[in-house]
Amino acid sequence: MDRRTFFKASLAGGTALAAGAASCPAQARETHPMPPEAVGLLFDSVLCVGCKACVAACKQANGMPMEFSTKDQYWDTPLDISGKTLNVIKAYRNGNMEAKDREENGFAFIKKSCMHCVDPSCVSACPVSAMQKDAKTGVVTYDKDACIGCRYCVAACPFGVPRFTYDSPTPQISKCQLCIHRHKDGKYAACAEVCPTGATLYGKVSVLREEAKRRLALKPGEKTEFPRGHLRAAEEKALRGAPEGKGEQRRQGWQDDGAQRYPGVAGQYLQHVYGEKEFGGTQMLMLSGVSFQKLGYPDLPPRSDAATSETLQHTLYGGLIAPIAVLGALTFIARRNVKHEDGEGGQNG
Amino acid sequence: MANHTHAPAPLGGSLFTPFTLLLGTLSAIAGVILLYRLFYGLGAVTNLNDGYPWGIWIAYDVVVGSAFACGGYAMALLVYIFNKGQYHPLVRPALLASLFGYTLAGASVIFDLGRWWNFWHIFWPGYAQVNSVMFEVAVCISAYIVVMWIEFAPAFLEKWGLKDVRQKLNKLLFFFIALGVLLPSMHQSSLGSLLVIFGEQIHPLWQSGMLLPLIYLMTAILLGFAVVIFEATLSSTGFRRQLETPVLAPLAKLMYGLLAAYVVVRVLDLLLRGALGSAFAATWQAFWFWVEMACFVVPLATLATDRARRSAGRLFAGAVLLMLGGFLLRINGFLVGYMTGEGWHYFPSLAELMVTVGLIAFEILAYIYIVRNYPVLPAAQPATR
Repeated sequence: MDRRTFFKASLAGGTALAAGAASCPAQARETHPMPPEAVGLLFDSVLCVGCKACVAACKQANGMPMEFSTKDQYWDTPLDISGKTLNVIKAYRNGNMEAKDREENGFAFIKKSCMHCVDPSCVSACPVSAMQKDAKTGVVTYDKDACIGCRYCVAACPFGVPRFTYDSPTPQISKCQLCIHRHKDGKYAACAEVCPTGATLYGKVSVLREEAKRRLALKPGEKTEFPRGHLRAAEEKALRGAPEGKGEQRRQGWQDDGAQRYPGVAGQYLQHVYGEKEFGGTQMLMLSGVSFQKLGYPDLPPRSDAATSETLQHTLYGGLIAPIAVLGALTFIARRNVKHEDGEGGQNG
Repeated sequence: MANHTHAPAPLGGSLFTPFTLLLGTLSAIAGVILLYRLFYGLGAVTNLNDGYPWGIWIAYDVVVGSAFACGGYAMALLVYIFNKGQYHPLVRPALLASLFGYTLAGASVIFDLGRWWNFWHIFWPGYAQVNSVMFEVAVCISAYIVVMWIEFAPAFLEKWGLKDVRQKLNKLLFFFIALGVLLPSMHQSSLGSLLVIFGEQIHPLWQSGMLLPLIYLMTAILLGFAVVIFEATLSSTGFRRQLETPVLAPLAKLMYGLLAAYVVVRVLDLLLRGALGSAFAATWQAFWFWVEMACFVVPLATLATDRARRSAGRLFAGAVLLMLGGFLLRINGFLVGYMTGEGWHYFPSLAELMVTVGLIAFEILAYIYIVRNYPVLPAAQPATR
């Protein structure tokens, strides 16, 4: 009798589990695609001169406090992104640092701020929808009024981007939100707006990707032009230049002047657009002469961790089918066994 | 079937002993620290940082603590699902320990939440984000805490003499028992799934991907058995009662089978992922991995025979090792093997440790209070005094 029940229980549980597993292919969650209108940044380490104007502009645009790392607190000196700093420029250096953008005996600059992943771990991790990805622009936003402060996003992000204000009794997450609060005034990301060399460029990701590919195709030393500020697609610019395109500025809500251009010389690039494939893609793309791992960016697979995690969750819990089936089986068995005990008139609980 | 010779009865006895006073003091210290944390923030009492946003309040209090509180789950699984009635006397004490373990783990999470006043968002449509593993864990643990209080209610109802309420509850109890088996199966596995989204930030020795839920579930049940043996031994010594070895030995046999299965799954996973190589590197991760594995493999040797399992000493030592192994698996996964980049360090502050210690003290204190005043432990003749 005992043994029979044991087998029955195992069988019922097994069947329910199998039912859950069988729904697996339907529940597999692929890495999300890039929203067609996604906006982002192109950071070109070769063009960056390390002036940190973007760091200052970011603080001003987002109302962030200064952060000190020197003994005499003369000026804002953040060493990394933090609860007080959403964007920093860091230096890579090696040996005698005699040449820029060279791995050995060289140096390079690198931007650190939110990558605005196409399929962000933070959004998938957040239990209360405080982290969201805008369906149109793809900007990854944070809502402190929803946030419970569990810091699963901080732990999950492979770039170490969301930061937390541990020292406050009313803490919150800090991360770049691509200056979305400035979009309604027709403005764009402050870091790109002030960048003097166009090392940080704002625009649609599709346009930025084209620009990145154009730079990679140049021969080192070749004369070229670099845009600065807000890079727009050729057809948008054409409309704007045409007499009938007058209203285009208003229709698009542009208040800015768009991309300015200046003549320059192509540098030595690695043939790699970081963020094009990594982790299912990011809306910040990067070019560099030095390996990205040396600059502190991880070598990530093309599949996002969010896709893996959600595939697992949907397989086990999709439509609550497996839990309800298992609960049904357990209820049936428990009812039988508890009754059995009652029948013997025992004290039980 | 069920061995009902000794119905549960209150133990009686004094609540004020040097030991309970110590427990009370430790609990009070933790309370003061937690109050301070509410006014001055997490940074004022913990060593948390952006490289280690989760410390021991999550890794120990919740992930390990709830696994240590799986005795009730493991016993309910055995008695009510696999119909092993002979373990019935173990259900109530195990359930009580689980009840406190979980309730306090749940309460302590509130203090770890930076924006704790928003905690209800997890349960609120519009905020709740069902793709999040954290959502599943939080909802499931909360539900289980409620279910456990209902499951344990008969002990209170007996004491208060509410016969008809108890009878009505008894008619429905089977459903709560089923829920009480389903819910821990879900969230104990999900505690492992929490690590999936950390991807390559978790050392390969612990990043088992899709197998994480199975590994955490198997060890949770294993820990449930080990904790029951541990607690039964301690409470017979502590309350000077007869040892329950006749019931524990066959329980240990089941535990042994599960342990063997777990070790096979764990090693196969490491082999198939090609992760075992990193266990031979000269790293702290490799060192703690071997300690963890030893805690599982040693009982595999020392508890191999029926005779060994009838030895109270061996059984207790084996249970302690398994608890240590389960503890290390979780601490290794969430802290030791969490690699978030250069330059980050974490070791719990004294205040953080004292909160965890105080929490455990409070659990033991509450357990002592309840078993002295409510019918939990089987009424038995005291052992020789």
